Amino acid sequence: MLKVTWRNLFARKIRLVLSGFAIVIGVAFVAGSLVFTDTMSKSFDDIIKGGTSDVTVRPAGQDNWSGDSALIDTRAIPARTLQSLESVPGAARVDGTVSSQSLFVIGTNGKVVGGTGAPTLSFNYNDAPSITGKPSVLISQGHAPHGAHQVALDPTTVDKAGYALGDTVQMISSGDRPHVTAKLVGIGQFGGGGLAGASLVLFDTHTAQQLFFGGRDVYSSVALTAQDGVSQQQLAHEASEKLPSGLEAVTGDVVAKETQDQIATVLNFLNIFLLVFAAIALVVGTFLIINTFSILVAQRSRELALLRALGAARRQVTRSVLLEALVVGFIGSTLGLLGGFGLAAALKAVFATFGLDLSATALVFSARTVVVSYLVGLLVTMFAAYLPARRAASIAPVAAMRDDIALPESSIRRRLVVAGVLGVIGIGLMAGGLAGSGGSGAALVGVGVFAILISVALMSPVLGRPVLRALGVVYRRAYGTVGSLATENSLRNPRRTAATASALMIGMALVTTMSVLGASVNKSIDVSVKKEFTADYLVSNAIGQPFSTKIAEQVRDTDGVAKVAQLQWLSAKVDGQSLNLTASDPGELRSIFDVPARSGTMDVRDGQIALSGDAAKKLHAGVGDTISMAFPTGTQKAQVVGVFTSSNVLGSSLVPFSTVERARLPRFDSSVAVNADSPADVAAVGNRLDALTQDVPTVTVQSQQEFSDAQRAGVDQLLYLIYALLGLAIIIAVLGIINTLALSVIERTREVGLLRAVGLSRRQLRRMVRLESIAIAVLGAVLGVVMGLVFGVVLQRAVADQGITELAVPGLQLVVFIVLAAVVGVLAAVLPARRAAKLNVLRAITTE
Amino acid sequence: MTTIAARATALTKVYGKGDAEVRALDGVSLEIGSGEFTAVMGPSGSGKSTLMHCLAALDTVSSGEIHIGDTNIAGLSDKKLTELRRDDIGFVFQSFNLVPTLSAQENILLPLSIAGRQPEAEWFDTVIEAVGLRDRLGHRPSEMSGGQQQRVACARALMSRPSIVFADEPTGNLDSTSGAEVLGFLQRSVRDFGQTIVMVTHDPVAASYTDRVVFLADGRLVDELHAPTADSVLERMSQIQLRHNRQGPVEFQDAALAGEPES
Ligand SMILES: Nc1ncnc2c1ncn2[C@@H]1O[C@H](COP(=O)(O)OP(=O)(O)OP(=O)(O)O)[C@@H](O)[C@H]1O
Ligand SMILES: [Mg+2]
Repeated sequence: MLKVTWRNLFARKIRLVLSGFAIVIGVAFVAGSLVFTDTMSKSFDDIIKGGTSDVTVRPAGQDNWSGDSALIDTRAIPARTLQSLESVPGAARVDGTVSSQSLFVIGTNGKVVGGTGAPTLSFNYNDAPSITGKPSVLISQGHAPHGAHQVALDPTTVDKAGYALGDTVQMISSGDRPHVTAKLVGIGQFGGGGLAGASLVLFDTHTAQQLFFGGRDVYSSVALTAQDGVSQQQLAHEASEKLPSGLEAVTGDVVAKETQDQIATVLNFLNIFLLVFAAIALVVGTFLIINTFSILVAQRSRELALLRALGAARRQVTRSVLLEALVVGFIGSTLGLLGGFGLAAALKAVFATFGLDLSATALVFSARTVVVSYLVGLLVTMFAAYLPARRAASIAPVAAMRDDIALPESSIRRRLVVAGVLGVIGIGLMAGGLAGSGGSGAALVGVGVFAILISVALMSPVLGRPVLRALGVVYRRAYGTVGSLATENSLRNPRRTAATASALMIGMALVTTMSVLGASVNKSIDVSVKKEFTADYLVSNAIGQPFSTKIAEQVRDTDGVAKVAQLQWLSAKVDGQSLNLTASDPGELRSIFDVPARSGTMDVRDGQIALSGDAAKKLHAGVGDTISMAFPTGTQKAQVVGVFTSSNVLGSSLVPFSTVERARLPRFDSSVAVNADSPADVAAVGNRLDALTQDVPTVTVQSQQEFSDAQRAGVDQLLYLIYALLGLAIIIAVLGIINTLALSVIERTREVGLLRAVGLSRRQLRRMVRLESIAIAVLGAVLGVVMGLVFGVVLQRAVADQGITELAVPGLQLVVFIVLAAVVGVLAAVLPARRAAKLNVLRAITTE
Repeated sequence: MTTIAARATALTKVYGKGDAEVRALDGVSLEIGSGEFTAVMGPSGSGKSTLMHCLAALDTVSSGEIHIGDTNIAGLSDKKLTELRRDDIGFVFQSFNLVPTLSAQENILLPLSIAGRQPEAEWFDTVIEAVGLRDRLGHRPSEMSGGQQQRVACARALMSRPSIVFADEPTGNLDSTSGAEVLGFLQRSVRDFGQTIVMVTHDPVAASYTDRVVFLADGRLVDELHAPTADSVLERMSQIQLRHNRQGPVEFQDAALAGEPES
């Protein structure tokens, strides 16, 4: 039997290569995701470890707040604390750190370097070592900055900005004097290697204090380095003895762990995101493999029956088919693993363009990646081959004697029953998931969608018939006999056609779902912007960073400006849950935006707050209640005076500016809304605002249209990324069509010969194959688009109360999908059609 | 005088090279008159099928010329050859003659519909009547007996009124009754409609339906018989067999030698 298996493998190498390719793509996706996320976490580990000192002294309570960019902690450690720490036993050295993320480098082209991606980190330079023993920052070229007019930057930022040593670097901060210039005297880098795309800006300590602490001799944190033989714990313990209240000494390991944990949630999300697409690719690939093995078994049925007649046991026949699958799975997984490496490299490059530069870390190839890849590849192949293998074994030995062999097929009724049960389970899971929330809810919805798709795939031999018949009418009209031959061919093996189309259906259904959701989100944005963003202009920071209130003052002084409302976004913790706050002047705000109170008043005074309906529900608070808001700098109480319907302008809540002051947080603006005097003035005011903010590149002025365009651009970008990833599933589906057609052409060799003998030209033959291919592709696309529409509409309805209020069906886009599917059909047919046309007529007729 | 429907001149077909060389046809010259029913007979491996395939433009020749009507098929492009097969030649194979996805009627009209031509209703009726398949027109090949399938194939071959029909052992797989139906139909189409037919057969009874039998042996034309009967054909076959036994082993099929219809 082993010999038979090997012979078969070699005799059918092209077909197996095609089905093996599905495994390659699926496994490559899995391996690529793992390698990429491993690489990413290694890169961050290096950075974190290379930048953390043995013990860090910092204001207490920061660990709950770090990573919250809406907050700027203005608490600082005075220089005398630093001095007192110098006498801590076991401390080799004590270095004060001044850090900020509010400064940006402006390139020679006048644009902000970095932008929306990784942050720009500003530090005072010192050569204090990190827990790795190496200095946190190394100056590789030039020298360390000294004095008010010198700066050092990391090499990538220098490149991107277009500066060279000795040039004057333009920078901008969110402070009152936003423009900062300094001479580039050095190029420095983190001791941990790369920066993952972040920018590094280094000053001397005094200059950094000038820039970020208004010249006070204070520090953001203090780095303690242990003497040889002194542990982090010991040092942290000794240091905490000397600390005034409000400060804490934390070991480097703990700080590193905190940072890693924050990043891990992001990495996990990314990993799951990528693995979802790997799963989609594998499910689609499974269809392709099941189909390929089914056809191969069907074509070999006479031979298998002969083997059975010669005394091979059922088990041996099954095993021979499974062995074939094992070899295919093994080779496919190996190639997939290599492909995954390539994919990870490609992902690295893609993420680099988004600003996440991991070039300092080599790809991480862990044993887990190898094991998981082989496991997934082999299991999927074996599973996919098992069904056809079992069918092969049930061939009766007597079939060897018969002329036309039909493989025993499971009854269509049983199939429909299984499909029905699966469908009901799927709907149940989806409903459950939509009722639930968070990650597990989303996972349930995902599994439910898959169950429904598989159920439809099982039913597709029945569902597909009317579609193919309808297409047949069109074909016959347009192409006469060739058209009806193609139609009949697509109908002669309904399961084969349906399975091939189902692979495409899955990809198409997901693409359609995303496009319906995307269009709905965009439409909802448009509608809500039109309804709520009643300002003529919105001044905001492109990077989401707050900016100096000086800007708003200048805006108020601009000719033609009638009304101005300043908004600052913060966040606080209420009963352990985080609550986003919008601080503004209620009077000014309501002169521009219409946010009516559902109950109570929107006119919040000192010590008061208005909540959105959702927030009120979440916090179980109503008008008259008092809630306590925790900021890193302290806690304050606020009385709820109003509840409003959810609003995109305000988010969850409205507080007066006094809340910010009381929290001892700095006053910045996150956004400034502007209305012109009269409609005639709008354009002119826009120009004046543009001129005003021209030399502050971090701040942009957007009209209503520009604002919604910018929002939509974000949605579209995400959609394109998802389309690109789903594209891989579609590529696998196309391979499936190629495979099925190629196998069908081989199976119908004699028929092809006959058709040619009675006068079918090569062209007509090619057209026949092409039309069959298009029929399969269009069937898949139609089923997919219908399913996607259903999913899209259901999901939109389910999230309607979360802001996606509008349903939009991108009709034109859906038509384009189906047309594209037809084009895909044409492309998939190229090789099989050529193969059919090349058949020697005589040899074709005389083949057995 | 009759016109010539097909003519082969000094036809040679060589398979393989060197030691493995097989001269399947070795200088065959043959004229098929219009409206003539010709049988090609000969021992297995004598080149009958090869001759048919070459004449029907399904295969290329090593040397020599073939004319279908006035057309020299040497040097015709694949497109022209396809059109020739579609419009001027009909073919009936021993088995697997029909497209399984098409009904009997669709199979019969296949060459016409491929060419995008409309069938003449009257001719269609005549042919259907002649093959006696009126009540089977909507059936698929899998729903028909072997004899019915072959009659459908014959009807298809006649439908486009080709200048010549080739049939390679059309009754080879049929019992004597079904075989007689098919042969009777072929004979009538020659007598009644003036169709030209060339048929390969091993069966002296089948040959007796024809006007003329040509005998092939080792790729050469060795004999010819006009107005054959089953007995006269059988006698010629034995003679050829004897002559060849002296030169080398040539076998007729046992059944044919015994003069029994194949079953
Ligand atoms: N494709 C081929 N390659 C090599 N030799 C071939 C090929 N086709 C036929 N032959 C050889 O050519 C000779 C004639 O074959 P052909 O099929 O014409 O015989 P035939 O008279 O039809 O025999 P039968 O009565 O068995 O059908 C045989 O010796 C055969 O082996
Ligand atoms: Mg033959």
